[in-house]
Amino acid sequence: MSGYTEKMRDIAGRLLKECAVDMVIGFRKGTMPMMNEPCFVTKPEDVQSLVWDSNCGINLANYLANRKEKIAIFAKGCDSRNIVTHITENKIERDQLHIVGVPCTGMIDKRKITGMVAGEILEVSETENTIKVKTSDAETLLDKKDVLQQNCALCIHRNPVIHDEMVADPVQEQTDIDRYAEIHKIEEMETEDKWRFFDDLLSPCIRCYACRNACPLCYCPTCFVDESKPQWVGKGQDPIDVRTFHLLRAYHCAGRCTDCGACERACPVGINMRLLTRKLEKDCQEQFGWEAGLSPDQRPALDVYKANDPEAFIK
Amino acid sequence: MEYMGIERDRLHMSWVSSAEATKFIDVVTRVTEAVRALGPNQHFVKQKAKVA
Repeated sequence: MSGYTEKMRDIAGRLLKECAVDMVIGFRKGTMPMMNEPCFVTKPEDVQSLVWDSNCGINLANYLANRKEKIAIFAKGCDSRNIVTHITENKIERDQLHIVGVPCTGMIDKRKITGMVAGEILEVSETENTIKVKTSDAETLLDKKDVLQQNCALCIHRNPVIHDEMVADPVQEQTDIDRYAEIHKIEEMETEDKWRFFDDLLSPCIRCYACRNACPLCYCPTCFVDESKPQWVGKGQDPIDVRTFHLLRAYHCAGRCTDCGACERACPVGINMRLLTRKLEKDCQEQFGWEAGLSPDQRPALDVYKANDPEAFIK
Repeated sequence: MEYMGIERDRLHMSWVSSAEATKFIDVVTRVTEAVRALGPNQHFVKQKAKVA
């Protein structure tokens, strides 16, 4: 995917020179390996800072909510689905956007890679299928498919669902993937085990809200956790408050989450909160046949009523 | 909620119109019975803050 970089600079340069857009949202190299950061280019001479590789896991749709100018944005499969969600939820107009589709073969998991090599990582480079990690002592060659972010390994929408132009030809979509194997496992647990499982899962949480800030869906002007009148949930690290936060955050994403993995990626303590959002994604799909953000013409599952909606839970 | 470890019978959901008094009684009775059978809720109970 690193071969996209040149093409992206060309596209961004062209759009800015033609004044077709006011701003291009893409990625630039971060100050540390495997930490590319979002980049907002407004001048044609700055397009050289744009890059693309397997460290562009941040969801750029996050930077679109309520923008007024014309924007070109590079969008992976998941980003594009979140852009669709933004359009459906009136957070941005379709006419304001020039969507440059980026067929994606998955982003790599920096936490996994750090765990696989000894010592400080100085440099990470990649080819189509391999990742080369350089530490002060050694160079390690890893298979990219072994170090993908879990949501990328389970991804079934690698190509953008909406675009004005594409950076490259679409990549092959993954098939025969059981997206919900882990969720089934939790569903089969005994009630008490479930409670303990989530207690353990969430116990490292420091309530930094990085997951919320990285999430393109979390655009409320004031998040429920920040409100103090009324205060919906305690602000400390009491396990009940932590759980309430994660449970409610997941619910706010119900029928909207595209499993882009931004939350898990942003988490400084590595909590897999996607186990919560994915359960809701699974329920949405099973009960309403709904997958978020596939087309701007469809109304979301929570927005429509059908006479045959499942209602077994209403007594 | 069940997925997170809340007992199946602890949480109930129903639609009752203000004109459906009988249904209201029926629902309340069934909910109380189900919850009583489970006993006091042990989860989502906040312990008092530990002070030194």
